[in-house]
Amino acid sequence: MLSDSEKNLRIIGTQIHYYFICKTKLWLFSHHIQMEQESDLVSLGKLLHEKSYKEEKEYTIDNLISIDFIKKQGCLELHEVKKSRKMKKSHEYQLLYYMYYLKQKKGIENIKGVINYPKIRKKITIDLDESKEKELMDVIADIGNILDMDTPKPQRMKICRKCAYFEFCWV
Amino acid sequence: MKKNYYLMSDGMLKRRENTVYFVNKDGKKPIPINKIYSIYAYGSLTFSSQAIHLLAKEGIPVHFFNYYGYYDGSFYPREKLLSGDLIINQAEHYLDHEKRIFIAKKFVEGAAKNMEKVLKYYHLENQISTILPELDGCNIITEVMNVEGRIRADYYRKMNEILPENFNFDKRVKRPPENMINALISFGNSMVYSTVLSEIYNTQLNPTISYLHEPSERRFSLALDLSEIFKPILVDRLIFYLVNKRMLSEDDFEKDLNYCLLNDRGRKIFIKEYDERLKKTIKHRELNRKVSYKRLIRLESYKLIKHLLGSKEYKPFVMWW
Ligand code: SF4
Repeated sequence: MLSDSEKNLRIIGTQIHYYFICKTKLWLFSHHIQMEQESDLVSLGKLLHEKSYKEEKEYTIDNLISIDFIKKQGCLELHEVKKSRKMKKSHEYQLLYYMYYLKQKKGIENIKGVINYPKIRKKITIDLDESKEKELMDVIADIGNILDMDTPKPQRMKICRKCAYFEFCWV
Repeated sequence: MKKNYYLMSDGMLKRRENTVYFVNKDGKKPIPINKIYSIYAYGSLTFSSQAIHLLAKEGIPVHFFNYYGYYDGSFYPREKLLSGDLIINQAEHYLDHEKRIFIAKKFVEGAAKNMEKVLKYYHLENQISTILPELDGCNIITEVMNVEGRIRADYYRKMNEILPENFNFDKRVKRPPENMINALISFGNSMVYSTVLSEIYNTQLNPTISYLHEPSERRFSLALDLSEIFKPILVDRLIFYLVNKRMLSEDDFEKDLNYCLLNDRGRKIFIKEYDERLKKTIKHRELNRKVSYKRLIRLESYKLIKHLLGSKEYKPFVMWW
């Protein structure tokens, strides 16, 4: 079982992700307008997701942080492997959030984050320095602002078709 | 895909692991839990507590009907989808008179326009579009209900022109229905009510806060509200179909001096065709996607949620075909 605060942290991770992909989704999810997972499409997606988790994800910390691999070379390196840079920002800030969490909760100071894009042979390294930490706090504050306001109007995007909120947004 | 299960005979629900068994005099029929959407029980049904635990855990509502086929009540599992924000908004729209009457009128408008479509299909002139604008002048719920009543009276009068003579009726009589058409309407309406309730269960809406009907009228009065819109589509059209195609005849009713009810055979025919209709799909204009009639009810709930959250004004569903 996750404790309440752990659940909270997990939710913030998801919110950061949604913040970068769709503000409507962020708002609805955060206000507990969640869609039931009953359609075949959604449950298939869930299944694949769970499966890929099992096969790929090596490290899970506090049931919250799932990291593809970790290296220890003087400092702790959290490695994420991504297919494309489409959701670069979301990846980056989620990783920053994990680093921030480890720092706050576990007192681990010396952490690096690395996002690997093997397909295009690229790597991005992220340091949780003061300015990055501030940026992360800004994102979290901005999430708070969005949630205080009315539901953001949905914007039609490619991802809508596969989103669990599709019918909700577009009916 | 999950299905509705209609249990027509007396029996018991038992559980072994993740399977529920319906046990009756003919034997034991397994129903895998992840295949059940809702259960409609027409016979007398007993449960093992293990079975009810599983149904509760999986969030499966059970609707009970009595000997006469009337709705008795539902096993409505503890809600799994809750949104505090939405409940507050739902209550606020009830308490604020302006807001409440706005939604109440929309439900009447949707119901009336769907009735009009039903009659139009049979090329029948009617008064609905002349009476409907009177809604504008209504300031209290009873006035809204009045307009609705007059529309319905006109509608039922016209129904006789669609029906064969032996099925004609004078007026709508609910309990007990005293002729065949009233029996069919009562039976069908209680099915729609249950179907709507199952859909509401799968959203964050609270079924006890309603707008057209008083929340005190029935425990899940929001299901009464939303049913209004779907009754002409799901029940009335089905009745014409069954009667005019002679799929139902006088033999399918049980008659007494004071009442008239569908008998076992009649119920089976009705339920089978009703379920077929729920599954039937149409291409949804806005979504540009195929949706079933049953799904249309869910979409209606979503539209109501959006209205309550202030993100899009509610427009009732009106058949476009
Ligand atoms: S359907 Fe599109 S707009 Fe709506 S929540 Fe999903 S991604 Fe956002």
